[in-house]
Amino acid sequence: MTAEPRYLGARVTRNEDARLLTGRALFVDDVNPPHLLHAAFLRSPHAHARIKRIDTGAALKRDGVAAVYTAADLGSYWKPGPLLVPPPPIKGIAFNLRAQVPLAKDKVRHVGEPVALVIARSRYIAEDAAADIAVDYETLPAVVDMERGAAGGPVVHDDLGSNIASRVRQTKGDYAAAARNAHAVIRRRLVYDRGASVSMETRGVVAEWDAKADKLTVWDTTQGPVFIRGGLAAMLGLSERQVRVVAPFIGGGFGPKMMMFYPEEVVIPWVAIRLGRPVKWIEDRLEHFFATTQERGQIHDAEIALDKNGKILGVKDEFLYDTGAYNPYGLTLPINSQCTLLGGYVVPSYDSSFTGVFTNKPIVTPYRGAGRQHGVFVMERLLDIAARELEIDRAEIRRRNFIPSGAFPYNNEIIFQDFAPLEYDSGNYAPVLNKTLKMIGYDRFLADEQPKLRALGKHVGIGVVFYIEGTGIGPYEGARVQVQASGKVSVATGVGTQGQGHFTSFAQIVADQVGVDVRDVDVVTGDTDQFYWGAGTFASRGAVVAGNAVNEAGKAVRKKILRAAAEHFECAEQDIVVAGGQASIAGVPGKTIKLGELALRANPMRGAVKPGTEPGLEATSYFGPPSGATACGAHAMIVEVDPETMTIAIKKYVVVHDCGTVINPLILEGQIQGGVAQGIGNAFYEQLHFDDQGQLLNASLADYLVPTALDVPRMELGHECTPSPLNPLGIKGAGEAGAIPVGALFAQALEDALDLPRRGVEILEIPLSPNRLWELAGALFKQRGTS
Amino acid sequence: MSEELHQVAVQVNGKHCERRVESRLLLSDFLRHDLGLTGTHVGCEHGVCGACTVLMDGLPVRSCLMLAAQTNGHAIETVESLTNDRDKLHPLQQAFHEAHGLQCGFCTPGILMTMMAFLKETASPSEAEIREALSGNLCRCTGYQKIVEAVTLAARRIGQAGAR
Repeated sequence: MTAEPRYLGARVTRNEDARLLTGRALFVDDVNPPHLLHAAFLRSPHAHARIKRIDTGAALKRDGVAAVYTAADLGSYWKPGPLLVPPPPIKGIAFNLRAQVPLAKDKVRHVGEPVALVIARSRYIAEDAAADIAVDYETLPAVVDMERGAAGGPVVHDDLGSNIASRVRQTKGDYAAAARNAHAVIRRRLVYDRGASVSMETRGVVAEWDAKADKLTVWDTTQGPVFIRGGLAAMLGLSERQVRVVAPFIGGGFGPKMMMFYPEEVVIPWVAIRLGRPVKWIEDRLEHFFATTQERGQIHDAEIALDKNGKILGVKDEFLYDTGAYNPYGLTLPINSQCTLLGGYVVPSYDSSFTGVFTNKPIVTPYRGAGRQHGVFVMERLLDIAARELEIDRAEIRRRNFIPSGAFPYNNEIIFQDFAPLEYDSGNYAPVLNKTLKMIGYDRFLADEQPKLRALGKHVGIGVVFYIEGTGIGPYEGARVQVQASGKVSVATGVGTQGQGHFTSFAQIVADQVGVDVRDVDVVTGDTDQFYWGAGTFASRGAVVAGNAVNEAGKAVRKKILRAAAEHFECAEQDIVVAGGQASIAGVPGKTIKLGELALRANPMRGAVKPGTEPGLEATSYFGPPSGATACGAHAMIVEVDPETMTIAIKKYVVVHDCGTVINPLILEGQIQGGVAQGIGNAFYEQLHFDDQGQLLNASLADYLVPTALDVPRMELGHECTPSPLNPLGIKGAGEAGAIPVGALFAQALEDALDLPRRGVEILEIPLSPNRLWELAGALFKQRGTS
Repeated sequence: MSEELHQVAVQVNGKHCERRVESRLLLSDFLRHDLGLTGTHVGCEHGVCGACTVLMDGLPVRSCLMLAAQTNGHAIETVESLTNDRDKLHPLQQAFHEAHGLQCGFCTPGILMTMMAFLKETASPSEAEIREALSGNLCRCTGYQKIVEAVTLAARRIGQAGAR
């Protein structure tokens, strides 16, 4: 008998909270083995320079220093990092891999690239000694601007002869013909600049070599512990069984902690083995601004062809993509941009090409949204402008172009980041948009409120944008579920967790399957000795892929419970009810057995078992979806701008979201609200400013403005549910959604608030800021009373 | 660099501690490394993010901007002081749990300590007052809304308990 799910879909408070709230959760910096040594890296102060000479003599003499290493000291261990994601099978693709190195050898290619490493008794001494190291640099002109870098001049990688990292073209239909037959063709240049993820916990690595056990343990702030384990074992010449990688509690990931291998991850374990002592390196905040990967530099030259009713006939887009100094993450980001641009709309023809450009800036890898922001920004801006030019309402032009609900699965023909054709599994877009408009009061605002406010001299505007998100891609994840003799249930999976609530959402899934209290399910994530296989937490896939693996393992354990209980009671399996931590015969009082007791009986110490019997109430299952599940949503905002200071006040913010089956609404709300906050930072507060030498000018939290509680508004959330047919639970990913459309929303709403298009100004770039808005539009408002 | 050592006598979470420390030793490192109180987290080491906030004589301070030597003769409280029992959370912690006021939990100890001092000063705060009080603590996961809800809930409960 299958019971109704009790926990799936419920607002269950989190199992992991107590540990975190009491300061007893283990983060990487809390790992302090005896005899621990501390590492500090000497990093390049130049964006582009040749290393002529390194003198470590003074550093080595300093009291408390155990060792100093440069690239030369690493010997044959020195190797460029691996390619993480190979380029997808797209015809005519060009990709030049240049991966990061453990310590810079002949040349440094961005500020903050590690040049030398000091190991000392304390971090204080290690930093003193790093300052003792003398490096002679011959500085070179830096490649900072990607357009100029693509055109010629100095090159980041000498052997390549140019700065071209990649070129990809994907097409669908015949755009040229569409443009010829169009009523209107609208062309714009749209720019998205760099931001940083700024997880509150920086990165860190602790490595300990146990010579007696012949085993390496590495605590790492990674989102992908299983791959770190495999990679380290290969690099160090160890068996994978000799390497344990633990990603304990992680203080926020957001993508950059999925990058691998960071130089520090490669070097620290090697040093720990060499010195026979545990070694710790914790990134400081300044290092985080250079040494942790970043995202978002793209320049799009895009055009859209439309008929007179505002129906899209085609889109053409050519963009430049800043990869930073190295490109180990392959083409995930620009392909996400390329694919996400198509949005939830019928776009009969598409001609999209991009060029990746190496620059002397920190490495670019996915950060929450992972290139999707750019695609949404370009398409939504083009639609806004088209609506204006064709005199169609902004919401209406979107509605007219939506893929109809009957057209799914919908094949967009081009290739997505998971190497599969871009096919939307399911969706129902109009209700999402309509609910959003209703919640924000769109019609009333435009017809009634805005004219009144404008008459009062107030600058208040509205924005509404729509986006889709490819989530939950493969390849696979796995999970092991085991009923313990205590009656508690343990769940282990290979994904790491960075605050998404996996300890609770996975427990909910298992508690329903196995019939126990959700508090009696202990989830372990990110410990390779607890679960061997997996890929990691990225691409909004934890709940979708690992969640379904957990569900399958839970189902298998449930079957074992039914069989064991039926044997115990000598009855039919159909007569067994599993609930409340015990198995009973339905309707027969007294015929119950605790699951812990059944588990104990399933692992007998004496006697014979039937052939084929597996011990315990345990199962391991794997889940790999055929392709990603496509979520969607709409954001709307009413915002007021003070034209004297260009500061903003968000009056109302609405999100309506469809991510299929919801495991835990409480956790989902948190994911969306946090994503929107990051999106707001990206849209209006956060920008990495590099000068023409490649020096980052705002590398502190006092200068790089992460939104505070005063900047992020209260949000009203609405949900629609179109379950994914691609997994048994019907889940679509949700982790990145909140952050994706916010740039597009800000551009539209701020234009509307200041009535800019009528005044001849368009917002075609993100991030904005009060300063930037002033530069774009301040002249229009300089004299009071003329606005 | 300074090699001079200072004798520090400080109450930490109600316990008397005496240590000899280097002049330059940060309070955050003293708490985490010397005393093993790793609940206090270090997010920026330049006084902006607020993750390392602890109470000194009842007032919030950034432990990354203070030297251990400066605490001589003072009383420090860290997140570990709020409860000894994982199953019996302080009402403020309980409210964060119920309202989902934390995700990765890294910034949480600093926020809890900031709010402890705030709620002592402000018995029934408005949402605007809570946001103002929170604005010195950065959180990258939650978008603050559920933190605001948690503090509102805690203020109400603590107020009710005080009124009884």
